[in-house]
Amino acid sequence: MTALTSPLGRLRWTLLDGLTLVGRELGRLRQEPGQIIAALVFPVIMVVLFGYVFGSAIQVPDGGDYREYLMPGLFAMVTFPAWLGVMTRMAGDASRGVMDRFRSMPMARLAVPFGQTGADLLTGLLMLAIMVGTGLLVGWQPHRGLIPTAQAFLLMIVLRYALSWAGVYVGLAVKNDQVADAMVPLGLPFTMLSNAFVPTDGMPGWLRFLSDWNPVSALTAASRELFGNPGAPSGNVAWPLAHPVTAVLLWSAALLVIFVPLSLRAYMRRGR
Amino acid sequence: MPDPIVVAEGLHKSFGDTHALRGLNLSVPRGTVCGVLGPNGAGKTTAVRILATLSDPDAGHARIAGYDVVREAGKVRARIGLAGQYAAVDEQLSGRGNLRMFGRLSHLSRREAHRRADELLERFGLMDAADRQVAGYSGGMRRRLDLITSLILRPEVLFLDEPTTGLDPRSRGEIWDNVRELVADGTTVLLTTQYLDEADQLADDIAVVDHGQVIATGTPDELKSTIGDRLDVTLEDPAAMPAAMTVLNTLTGTDPTTTGADRLSVALPGGGLRLADIVRELDRAGVAAADVSLRRPTLDEVFLRLTDRKESVR
Repeated sequence: MTALTSPLGRLRWTLLDGLTLVGRELGRLRQEPGQIIAALVFPVIMVVLFGYVFGSAIQVPDGGDYREYLMPGLFAMVTFPAWLGVMTRMAGDASRGVMDRFRSMPMARLAVPFGQTGADLLTGLLMLAIMVGTGLLVGWQPHRGLIPTAQAFLLMIVLRYALSWAGVYVGLAVKNDQVADAMVPLGLPFTMLSNAFVPTDGMPGWLRFLSDWNPVSALTAASRELFGNPGAPSGNVAWPLAHPVTAVLLWSAALLVIFVPLSLRAYMRRGR
Repeated sequence: MPDPIVVAEGLHKSFGDTHALRGLNLSVPRGTVCGVLGPNGAGKTTAVRILATLSDPDAGHARIAGYDVVREAGKVRARIGLAGQYAAVDEQLSGRGNLRMFGRLSHLSRREAHRRADELLERFGLMDAADRQVAGYSGGMRRRLDLITSLILRPEVLFLDEPTTGLDPRSRGEIWDNVRELVADGTTVLLTTQYLDEADQLADDIAVVDHGQVIATGTPDELKSTIGDRLDVTLEDPAAMPAAMTVLNTLTGTDPTTTGADRLSVALPGGGLRLADIVRELDRAGVAAADVSLRRPTLDEVFLRLTDRKESVR
């Protein structure tokens, strides 16, 4: 057993303890198979609901197939709730005293936020895989070859990871799982207020402004571009939609630069 | 007396305008149970959080087994266990899953973590529920799981912050038995509680805390002696109450308190008064007593006397 004193030992234990906490999330899934079933059913429902119910009435700007247009939006839709999930779990641990137990144990201090965000990354990959499978079933496909396709998925993963750090901070800040649960429904309108399901051109000016600058729109536009799916904006478009890949990278960097230090400080602080 | 394993000197802690601790001192000898007793808001939990490295004091210092809780927090954490007011375990995992996870996080090898989990489940009677999700446990079972989770590393010092608050008497008794077993193994226990019978049952020494300071320390017996024995009198006729009050006041020099229409109770001054004298005096005043008894005060009475608040001070 190496101690936590040497920098190398500390790094090693941060990694190992982080992995133990990732295992904890997987163990929870095993105890609650309902969550897995929900995760499997959700993409199917979304594809049917939007792809067939709304899709029958929505025109894609340049005349493409609506389900081709929709899938990048749905990929963004499963990416963004990352911060909500992490926030709920952090707040739950904080309000139930589990966080205090972690802090009073001789484990690596940083393993908790890293383990939690790492675990979310795994569940996120799983949900994305299911969504991709569902998309392929209804006729969606990437058209621009392996590398742009890989780049699109990488962008989703990077943004998801950055968002999960925002979740760590907000969860530590609210410290109360009931408050956290109450915030969860905010996720849906946030995703809807974007170009994920309909083009933003038809929205009233101020709403269009919000939608265009919503990072959901940037991620959706970036994947449409990289997958070669229809819906590329034309004419006078907002900057994040004209440069969606750069916008997503900037969003990710900004989130990490802001929330990683804030989260670590909030976690390490021994005030109360 | 052996060296104290827990030492707190002059701990101060404020949250905004609230002074949770105002110079708290504490010293717990190795292998004993120290009961920290106090009303809600007295500073008990704040003191435990500082000793368990969860919170830093504004002033003063504390050492566990010789290690400073602020500067050598890592060494302290390797030697303590903490079981709190909440059941600090993952409700979605099974009992066994929790113990294994916390074992791994305590840096036991996988095999050792599994072995230790089984050993603790077996010893503390949770084996039957080991693979059930904690969300389905009763309150007492959760508390017991919380307790044994803090035992994974065989801590030298165990902090129990109100370990039985909200439990039914039977579950409380089970926790008490568990604590007694640990103490028999040599673990030092620092226990906060608002239940006086709990301190009476478990603690070797008691520190009474109020307004962020220790206002009295001693064994339960010593604390009881500080307020003297009590005399309880039950009258045959409630109408004799005024006469009985006068007699007892003359004998003891203090005003008796009525504890019912036909009952009164009074603190006896140390020594000198015998039961026979009291009965004779009551008889002489024409007071017929159905029952006269002399008893040790309860810890409740000691506690109420010690923490008797001058409301205007606040």
